[in-house]
Amino acid sequence: MKNFSGKVLFLDRSDINTDEIIPAKYLTEPDKENLGPYLLEDLELSGFDRAFDLVNRSVIITRANFGCGSSREHAPWALEINGFNLVIAESFARIFRQNMFNCGMLAVELSKGDIDRIFKKYGDSDSYVSVDVDDCVLSISGAGTNATFEFHLSGFDKELVKAGGWVEYADSRY
Amino acid sequence: MGQTITQKIFSSHLVDKPFEDVSVLSLDRVFCHEITTPVAINDLVRKNKDRIFDPDKIKAVIDHVSPAKDSKTAAQGKIMRDWAARHKIRDFFDIGRNGVCHALFPEKGFVRPGFTIIMGDSHTCTHGAFGAFAAGVGTTDLEVGILKGVCAFKDPGTIKISVNGKLKPGVFAKDLVLAVIRELTVNGATNHVLEFEGEAVERMSMEERMTLCNMAVEAGATCGICKPDTTTVDYLWEFIKDDFSSRRAALDSFSVYLPDADAEYSRVVQIDAGSLEPMVTFGYKPDNVVPVSEMEGEKVDQVYIGSCTNGRIEDLRVAAGVIGNKTVSGSLRAIVSPATPEVYKRALKEGILQTFMDAGFCVTNPTCGACLGMSNGVLARGEVAAATTNRNFNGRMGKGGMVHLMSPATAAATALKGVISNSELFSTQRSLS
Ligand code: SF4
Repeated sequence: MKNFSGKVLFLDRSDINTDEIIPAKYLTEPDKENLGPYLLEDLELSGFDRAFDLVNRSVIITRANFGCGSSREHAPWALEINGFNLVIAESFARIFRQNMFNCGMLAVELSKGDIDRIFKKYGDSDSYVSVDVDDCVLSISGAGTNATFEFHLSGFDKELVKAGGWVEYADSRY
Repeated sequence: MGQTITQKIFSSHLVDKPFEDVSVLSLDRVFCHEITTPVAINDLVRKNKDRIFDPDKIKAVIDHVSPAKDSKTAAQGKIMRDWAARHKIRDFFDIGRNGVCHALFPEKGFVRPGFTIIMGDSHTCTHGAFGAFAAGVGTTDLEVGILKGVCAFKDPGTIKISVNGKLKPGVFAKDLVLAVIRELTVNGATNHVLEFEGEAVERMSMEERMTLCNMAVEAGATCGICKPDTTTVDYLWEFIKDDFSSRRAALDSFSVYLPDADAEYSRVVQIDAGSLEPMVTFGYKPDNVVPVSEMEGEKVDQVYIGSCTNGRIEDLRVAAGVIGNKTVSGSLRAIVSPATPEVYKRALKEGILQTFMDAGFCVTNPTCGACLGMSNGVLARGEVAAATTNRNFNGRMGKGGMVHLMSPATAAATALKGVISNSELFSTQRSLS
């Protein structure tokens, strides 16, 4: 399994689309590795500074409908290359969410209330998240305090995260 | 309990139910293009799994950047070309025969009612216009589709969009779907299929239904779907006439996919078609929608008519009708991109391309190009486009550019005026009423 813990990058906006995560002009890159420098290049978010905000972070916490738009799996790849294997949001677009699990990455949904609380309490500080995939619990600490949240993963989600990919799973079964 | 169209297609294609809420379906079609497929091909080669499940069920095209604009896009085309050759994929459409995937594949008769289709492209939902379940997927799902002919889906719900009455003259499928997205919001239909029905949908041609289903994903939907009917059969007849004794027999056979009267819907949205005006988007989200009348006079730098949403022959006819013998405003530039070679040839034959060229439009070859900001009309920073495409995301048509989505009629009228404008098709009618 991949690493699902680390310092948090807060993206305080809904509907961040895959064109913002990785613009179309980089879809011609032949290797995932080449996508690294362009992550979130077109993100529309005031105060966001790529040079500073991406450094040393490995978890994203954001609002609703993260990953909407184009089906490009380059979006999770660009995240993965930059060390982000976990995104926590109020909700995800279907294709993006499936792509994350197909790559053995984690897309965790929390209620709007929980996301609101996390932004309020931890959004301005250096925060750290860790996750227990078996028990579906995530812990966050920062701003001199900490909390745990339960989330839901379907049996299929867990299987993919543990198997490390849908290709292997499907080729052995179908 | 009764079933929706989607549930019927799921039942008839079920291969496995690995978990209660997940269905693994057998696939009738796997469509491929050169942006998302080469990575899948390379990965399969690397894994020593360079196989395909069925060369007849895989259809492939180079469409997003054609002709290749640099060595990287040329390399993507080459990977597709070599792969199609070594696996004997007959229906591979290379330059000269290529067009925008979601316009080309239906035109070739590859889509049938009841089919299951995936493609590494979010607008695969377009093909639901034929009463098929068609969904965009990522590269990993595409890989498995290519290799094994299956795909796993979380069982989707269905939202019924009931469109009663008739659209007014000058109001089109594009305006209707923008109104639907405004109603549902950009994630209101996540993990759902939109089942379109009602008089206005029944009256639509297949082209219009494709426009409608094309944008289902902009509300987060997995697929947009229309009931197969005589319009569907008539469109497909040249491709299926050897399989059925009559059109009636074809319709009967497709009718097994019609929804049951007691099918269960997560939500039903009623729309009065007659109350709709031409619509346009503002901002960077496709649910930022207002009537064109509220945006009239907004300055535009580039008009773009084309894409899998509105680059078909009917779209070009409507736009050319609005243009007539007038010319494009001196304050902007205009581009029209017929979606397929067939659309191009028909437009040529009907004198439509002449109309566009006389008006001062640049006519490009069939390709996605500017729609995703890769070639053929990318915007400069601060520029504004009036486009018949489907996404107005920040940077979509070029970094720092703004895109207003609209129908071909509105785009044509805007090209003539230089600012966002309702077409005469609608204005004339409005002054009469
Ligand atoms: S025309 Fe635009 S939306 Fe359609 S397939 Fe091409 S890039 Fe995608």
